This record gives sequence, structure tokens and C-alpha cells, in this order.
Amino acid sequence: MGDLYLVFKNLTRKKMRLALTLFATFIAFMIFGTISAFQSALDSGVELSADDRLITVNKINFTQPLPIAYYNRVRTVDGIVEVTHLNWFGGYYQDPKNFLPMMAVNENTFLKVYNELVLTDEEEAAWKGNRQGLIVGENAARQYGWKKGDRIPINSNIFSQKDGTTSWDFTIEAVYTGEQEQTDTSGLYFHYKYFNETQSFGGNYIGWMGVRTADPARNGEVIKAIDDMFVNSPFETETVPEKAFNQAFLAQIGNLGLILSSVIFAAFFIILVIVGNSMILAIRERTSEIAVLKTIGFKSGRIFAMVLSESIFLALMGGGLGLLASFGLIELFNGSGVAQLPTLVLKPHIIMQSLMFMLLLGGITGIFPAITAQRLNIISALSRH
Amino acid sequence: MSETLFDLKNVRKYFTRGAEEIHVFDGLNLEIEKGDFVAIMGPSGSGKTTLLNMLGGVDQPTDGEISFSGDRIDNLSEGALANWRATNIGFIFQFYNLMPMLSAARNVELPLLLTNLSAKQRKENVATALELVDLADRTTHKPREMSGGQQQRVAIARAIVSDPKMLLCDEPTGDLDRETADEILSMLQLLNRDFGKTIVMVTHDPLAAKYAKRILHLDKGNFISEEVD
Ligand SMILES: Nc1ncnc2c1ncn2[C@@H]1O[C@H](COP(=O)(O)OP(=O)(O)OP(=O)(O)O)[C@@H](O)[C@H]1O
Ligand SMILES: [Mg+2]
Repeated sequence: MGDLYLVFKNLTRKKMRLALTLFATFIAFMIFGTISAFQSALDSGVELSADDRLITVNKINFTQPLPIAYYNRVRTVDGIVEVTHLNWFGGYYQDPKNFLPMMAVNENTFLKVYNELVLTDEEEAAWKGNRQGLIVGENAARQYGWKKGDRIPINSNIFSQKDGTTSWDFTIEAVYTGEQEQTDTSGLYFHYKYFNETQSFGGNYIGWMGVRTADPARNGEVIKAIDDMFVNSPFETETVPEKAFNQAFLAQIGNLGLILSSVIFAAFFIILVIVGNSMILAIRERTSEIAVLKTIGFKSGRIFAMVLSESIFLALMGGGLGLLASFGLIELFNGSGVAQLPTLVLKPHIIMQSLMFMLLLGGITGIFPAITAQRLNIISALSRH
Repeated sequence: MSETLFDLKNVRKYFTRGAEEIHVFDGLNLEIEKGDFVAIMGPSGSGKTTLLNMLGGVDQPTDGEISFSGDRIDNLSEGALANWRATNIGFIFQFYNLMPMLSAARNVELPLLLTNLSAKQRKENVATALELVDLADRTTHKPREMSGGQQQRVAIARAIVSDPKMLLCDEPTGDLDRETADEILSMLQLLNRDFGKTIVMVTHDPLAAKYAKRILHLDKGNFISEEVD
């Protein structure tokens, strides 16, 4: 038997209280882990944006189109590695509920600009060679049970074909993966030519362009060169770094970070009160026991350490289990096949942060009872009978 | 040949309660020899517990000297006193004061956590102490699974397990029936006679006091009479 045995015995002496405080901490850290993973996934859109990628959109609004002719003109700008163009297709599979982030792209340049999408050379060649070829991300493929070689019809809620139908036929030439775990793999991409030639609206327009630059440090010059080229034209452009574009897009959803932080803060505060209160009660009940330990010869510092480690153990136990549960929840989300959900990862920094919060929680809830126990006067404590 | 264990010289102990100053002791002198078994009697509020607390080093006199085996303990720091208590004093309380979540053996082992004995040695000492109080068959029982007398025997085992010279008991039989009290008192007597433990016991019970070698009557902060067995 050592001091740890005493700590453990004290911790477990009231099973109901232990269960309740563990449960409260458990819930708090489960929420914390899961929400942090969500937040990190949202942020990763910004984090993972390539520094050497720019987006050129219509200056009026990024939903307004640009003439296809711009594509070849932008390609002539100095300091550019490659340019591609994309059109939002408004695709859905079988039911409008099954909305798909699907784009018509220039198949020759798309993968050179968006090189975080991983597929084999053969697959790439097959896609380029098939006018009706489609590449789908593994996240989307998992949700709808698609695999390479499948022939699937996809509808658009924006466009229709010249014959009036809204359905297009595609062959899946590749299921691509992401370069990194959090790379978005919910997108579908097909040939602009197929789109442009079959749809019934005015043709030869593109949605926006993706531009890869040779040197991120010189992005400013490239941006100026592109936008200057089209100034005073009916379609003026606005070119921005991808990171800035994604940040602005996130900001439109609302300040999610603030909301998440408030939820987390509220949860912690409640836990602090619950666990702190229970620790204070626990120590108050043990007043005479602590006095006896001191009488026998246990020093104040040792008693202080025992009480503090009790609350820290409690926080680590509940918090650890909660974090484990959030891990399970995240796997559940990731496996749910809902393509709209970003890939969630419990990154090391989230785990470190959680551990820190556990220690903080244990420290704050334990410090006052520990000081009380340390200062406890033997005589007054024992004469209370 | 006798050896003085405790020597109290001109001990004063004052408490302040609000504006009032209570003089519990105002120049108390007392010697306790090694191997003695002293019973302290006296009316409530006469200072019995206060005296025991000062002997045990959990309280300090306002003025005067307390020596133990020739060394002053009245001016030791809190930490030094804790060490001194751990090696020299075994405490026995009226309400046993065992840890409710620990088994009898674990309760007895507590003072040994303050020594550097190995786990094996600790276990042996615990077994010896429990055997001495006749509880070898109750080692795994929790306090609530035992009678008052058994709990007090565990407390006695806890008090003697680290082999202190001195046992201090504050009304050790105050919560027990006559028969059980006699059992406990005989045990203390045995520890005094056969194991050489010096014992100071506070009691209200004249029959309990009879087990001691001498009885001191305390009143208004001074010893008013002494009976020697
Ligand atoms: N911490 C304290 N603060 C103030 N007064 C105290 C304190 N401890 C004891 N006293 C006072 O000192 C006096 C002696 O108290 P003590 O507890 O020593 O008496 P006692 O002889 O043990 O009495 P009892 O037989 O009731 O246990 C009492 O008047 C008591 O009120
Ligand atoms: Mg008393």
C-alpha cells in the first residue's frame, strides 16, 4: 500500500458520486473532442489551401460567369504554372436531396492545378480519353456505393440538355483519394466539353478559374497582371489567393469558431462547478480522517498532494474516457458515408489540448480542497465530535 | 532506576475565545517515567485533552517547557513534530477514527507508510500487531463490519505497529460497554507490563482508571491529588 492506494480508495469510496462526476467530465470531453475535430476540419479547408493557388472570379460576384476566352488569356500571364477553369453543375444523384459538389472542368489542366487529388496515371489517361468520364472522390463513392467502371446518370438542378432532360450519363473512370487525411474527397469532376456541348443555356462561359503560380511570394504581381488584363471589360475579374477565398467563405457561414468556443467554455464551466463542488464536499466529509492522518505523522504537504492527485485522477479518468468516446463518435461520422461531412480527425494538438484541460480541470477543482486539507488544524478537527 | 520520558516545566496554555482569554494551564509541572501507566481524570473542561494534545505534539504550550527523553519538543516546527509523532507516539481515540474505506490490515499499515520499511516488512509488522490484539482473523474486514471493541483493537494495533515508546489514549473506552472496556483496558495493561509501553490515558471512568499504575486528578488546570496503585 502506498499513497496512491489511499488516493484510489478515497476516489472510489462513494460509487454514485464517482459515477456522476466521471459522467460529467466524460460528457464534457466527448463534446470537446468532437467539436474540436469539427472545428479543425473546417479550419483545415483554410489550412490546406495551397499558397501557390489563386482563384479568379467575376468581380461582381463569384457566382457570375466569365467568358471561356479568358482562360487562354490568363495562361499567358508571367509567373503562372497552370490555369484551369471550373463550372458549378448543381448535380444530384437520383433525388435532389442527394446533392453533389460536382464541377465541369478543363480535363487537361484540372489535375495540374488541383494536384492534391490522387489517382494513377492510367486512371488519369482514361478520364481524359472519355468525354463522359467522371472522377469521384472516395468520400462520395463510399456514400453512394460507386466504384470505378460504374455507369451512372446524374441530374442537374440548374441545367438541362438540349432535348429537355436534366439527366447526363457518366462513366466513373477513377475514384480519387486525398493527398492528406483531411483533403476533401467529396467532389466530382467531368469534362467541360461534354457539359458545354450538351447543355441548353448560352455556352462558352466558365464559372471561375484556378491558377497555380510558380512562386507564392510573387502572387501579388500575378494577381495584378490578371485583373489588369480585364479591367474596363464587361467581365472584370477579381483574383484572390485561395486561402483568402476560403476564409471569406467560412466567414459567410458565420463565426463558427466563436460559437464552438462558447459551447466549450460553457461546458467546462458547468463541469468545473459540478466537480469542484463534489470535491469540496468529499474533503469536508473526511475532516476527521485527515486530522487522524496528520496526528499519526503525515505531513501537510503530503496530504495536499494526495487530495490534489485525487481530483487530477478524476479529471484524467473522465476526460480520457470522454476523449475515447469522441474518437468513436468521429469514426462513426466518418463512416456514416454522408459526403457533406468533412473528414474528422482527432489531431495530436486536440489530444494535447484536451490533456491540458484535464490537468487544468483537476488542478482547479482540487486546489481549494487540497489547501483546506493542508491547513486543517488537528485539534479543532478532532474536537468536532 | 527510572528514566524520565516526559518532563513538563511550568507549562502555560491559554486559549482566546473572542475577547476572553481562557487559562487552561497556568504553570503545570509533570514528570512521566518510562514504563509508567498514568490515568488522568477530572471534570469536563479541566484540560485533560489539552494536556494529551501537548504531550502528543499536536498542540504546543503558550509558555513553559516540554521535554521528551531530555529533548525539548515545545519549540519544534510543525514538520519536525510530525516526524517526532510518527516515531514516538501512538494515538488511541474514543471513536477509534479508522479509515472507513480501508480494511483492518490497511488501517494498521498506515503509520508504516511513514517509515522506510519494505512492503514485506510492513506486512509482517501488521500481522504481528493484529495478532497481538487478537484480530488475526479479521484482517480483511472493513471498520463497519466490526464491533466497537474490535474497531478499538484495530486502533490499538495501529498505535503500536511502528513500535512507539508512548501511547496516548483519550477516553479509549468511552464508547464501549463494561465488558468490552475491560477487554481493551487489559490489553493496554498488557502492552504496558509486557511490552514496556508508557501509557497516558484520559478517562472519566474510575473503574478504567484502576487499570493504571497511578491516577492523576486534574481540576482547574492543576493536579489536585494522586493515587498510586
Ligand atoms: N481550541 C480551543 N479554543 C478555545 N478553547 C479551547 C480550545 N480547546 C480547548 N479549549 C478550552 O480549554 C478548556 C479545556 O478543554 P479540554 O478539551 O482540554 O477539556 P477536557 O478536560 O478534555 O474536557 P472533556 O472531559 O469534556 O473532554 C475548556 O474550557 C475548553 O473550552
Ligand atoms: Mg477531552
